[in-house]
Amino acid sequence: MAHFNPGLLRRRKRNEVVLRGLGFSALALAALMLALLVGSLVSTGWQAFTQTHIRIEFPVSAERVKPDDIAKGNFRAAVQDAMQAALPGLPAPEARKLSAMLSNGAQFRLRDVVLADPALIGGSVALTVPVSDPYDQLNKGLIDRATPEANRRLKDAEIAAFDTLAAEGRVSRPLNWALLTNADSRFPELAGLRGALVGSFYALATCFLLAFPLGIGAAVYLEEFAPKNRLSDIIEININNLAAVPSVVFGLLALAVFLGWFGMPRSSPFVGGLTLALMTLPTIIIATRAALKAVPPSIREAALGIGASRQQVVFHHVLPLAMPGIMTGTIIGLAQALGETAPLLLIGMNAFLTASPATPFDASTALPTQIFLWADSPERGFASRTSAAILVLLTFLAAMNALAIFLRARFERKW
Amino acid sequence: MPHFKLTVSALALALVAVSATAAVARDQVRMVGSSTVFPYSQAVAEEFANMTGKPSPVIESTGTGGGFKLFCEGVGENKADITGASRAIKKSEYDLCVANGVTDITEVLIGYDGLSLAVSRTSPFDWALTEKQIYQALAAETDVNGAWVANPYKKWSEIDPSLPDVAILAYGPPPTSGTRDAFVELVLHDGCKQLDFYKALDADKKAAFLTESCSRMRQDGPFVEAGENDNLIVQRIEADTSAIGIFGYSFLYENSDKLAGIPVDGVAPSAETIADFSYGVARPLYVYIKNAHRGVIPGLAEFIDEFVSDAAMGDGGYMQERGLTVLAPETLAVVQTAATSAAPLAAPAK
Repeated sequence: MAHFNPGLLRRRKRNEVVLRGLGFSALALAALMLALLVGSLVSTGWQAFTQTHIRIEFPVSAERVKPDDIAKGNFRAAVQDAMQAALPGLPAPEARKLSAMLSNGAQFRLRDVVLADPALIGGSVALTVPVSDPYDQLNKGLIDRATPEANRRLKDAEIAAFDTLAAEGRVSRPLNWALLTNADSRFPELAGLRGALVGSFYALATCFLLAFPLGIGAAVYLEEFAPKNRLSDIIEININNLAAVPSVVFGLLALAVFLGWFGMPRSSPFVGGLTLALMTLPTIIIATRAALKAVPPSIREAALGIGASRQQVVFHHVLPLAMPGIMTGTIIGLAQALGETAPLLLIGMNAFLTASPATPFDASTALPTQIFLWADSPERGFASRTSAAILVLLTFLAAMNALAIFLRARFERKW
Repeated sequence: MPHFKLTVSALALALVAVSATAAVARDQVRMVGSSTVFPYSQAVAEEFANMTGKPSPVIESTGTGGGFKLFCEGVGENKADITGASRAIKKSEYDLCVANGVTDITEVLIGYDGLSLAVSRTSPFDWALTEKQIYQALAAETDVNGAWVANPYKKWSEIDPSLPDVAILAYGPPPTSGTRDAFVELVLHDGCKQLDFYKALDADKKAAFLTESCSRMRQDGPFVEAGENDNLIVQRIEADTSAIGIFGYSFLYENSDKLAGIPVDGVAPSAETIADFSYGVARPLYVYIKNAHRGVIPGLAEFIDEFVSDAAMGDGGYMQERGLTVLAPETLAVVQTAATSAAPLAAPAK
């Protein structure tokens, strides 16, 4: 006869409650950490998604810009002329000095506009140009006007001039598309992620083109054709180990082999992609093998039973059925590769470049290395841009993972 | 499976492309080197690309030592053209260059960088230090009552009662950094020379003692290596008002509303005091040019012209805007001639 012990039952119930509580608090802690991370990024980064602009009339005199050689024109002086005209209340030398309020890019923007329309020489043109970083910080309330003048980046006269222009309704704060469409710059107000985005795209494309077919090939052979013996066991163990190797080791390997022996171009997304492919390959092989294993043996047997060859079984039946699982694994592997920094630093993908790469073989940065570069820049505006760039990277990661989940939910078949 | 074939052919295409790139000539200038010179090289690269419309130069921040390693790898298309350095080239580095065939190098002095010690503006204490006090606070070994011992000081006030009564805590650069080399040479060595123990040494032993015993930072906590990221040091000392930070002057300049420079031997860091050397913790910055690449790498000559132009390196130039202490006009003229005429560098003594 079973002996009933109320104490034991109470203990069991209590243990269950404790276990549930622990599990829930672990989950809550994880959620809190995520909220903290995203919260701190958003709170510093949101400012970078807008940029203060100023609308100003640029006089283009024939004296500053010679019609026969427009590109060599003195556009720096033309910008100073514009500032002098915009601040008639100030003595000319002071007003000209205040042209530092406009981004350094203003003169090149003006040059390009005049180059496109030489008829402007002798007249004037109104342009909306970004303001330089200290004034952007001022407009966003990040420079405290109450700070004593000596300790402030902007002096009273500079703030007064900015306020004058703001009172005239010249100042606006539109969305900062430059953050996505410009390449890198030493000026925060001009710096953007285009070079990094293109670089990351090329690197991931290279990684995918290399790792996807190789990974599937290796997995199909190991799973469907290879004899089960000691050698295939060793290979399997090694692939699993390889998936756990720290990425910096692959970076060192790439530095020695791709750059050292093969003399491939340093800092290029192509070499970055090759390195990331080495890293992603084990992930894809493991995911593919798992997906192939999940296809029921009855499908293989049925195909063999009606006379299909082993090759036909694999390519006509097993592989298509395993494809959703393979794609999921691949996308998650690529998302991991997108965020990888260490190997790219080792092959020099953290160079400063003011242009985006035209081909995968040109020098370039990638998203994580661009974040690394900006985080180390002294200008104040880069602090918020670093957070903004991290948010852009997180958005891409979330989108890729969402795609993986979608593919799995949409195409996966259960038996 | 048609798309499987597609990926295979794309792979083949990629492989063909690799073999093709090996033969394509480089049309961009490549520069490596010190993270202190990096902001100035960035500025030149951006101006150069904007003004000439030529391909953007590739500027990598590798640290002074890492820069020389890449620069001295040899002459050739996939080797760097220029390296930046926050100290002069060492004999060992020069020898490495020569061993790899890089024999014709031009040294260009671009200006000076102040190394600043800074605290948060909200720090409740009145900071003013001497090089001797900094040595006693941060070196691994020092003299106490005539004996050479491991650094015993935990609080500033133990070194000198007039200093703040708080624990010594300084954030500074790691050994791989040129900033660290400069700090050791400019502050630790000078501070060490003022110690009674050093003064009492035989004259012929002093040099060896300086490099062997006076060059190490303490490892027992008060000195924290904060990595190459100077922004991190800035954040740390903003949060901890009794900690001091050691970094390049440009970071102090950019954060002058939050941080105050600590006067060293009575002189506070500023553009003026660094330029006239009254502030003792300033160092020269250099770039080194591989002359064998002149005329071979397109754009290199124009890039060097832009680098040493008055608009860049001169008084009121854009390097000054970024925090560089510029050369006097006479020195600048000499440097400009040397840079454009590819004056060769003689082997350094040490």
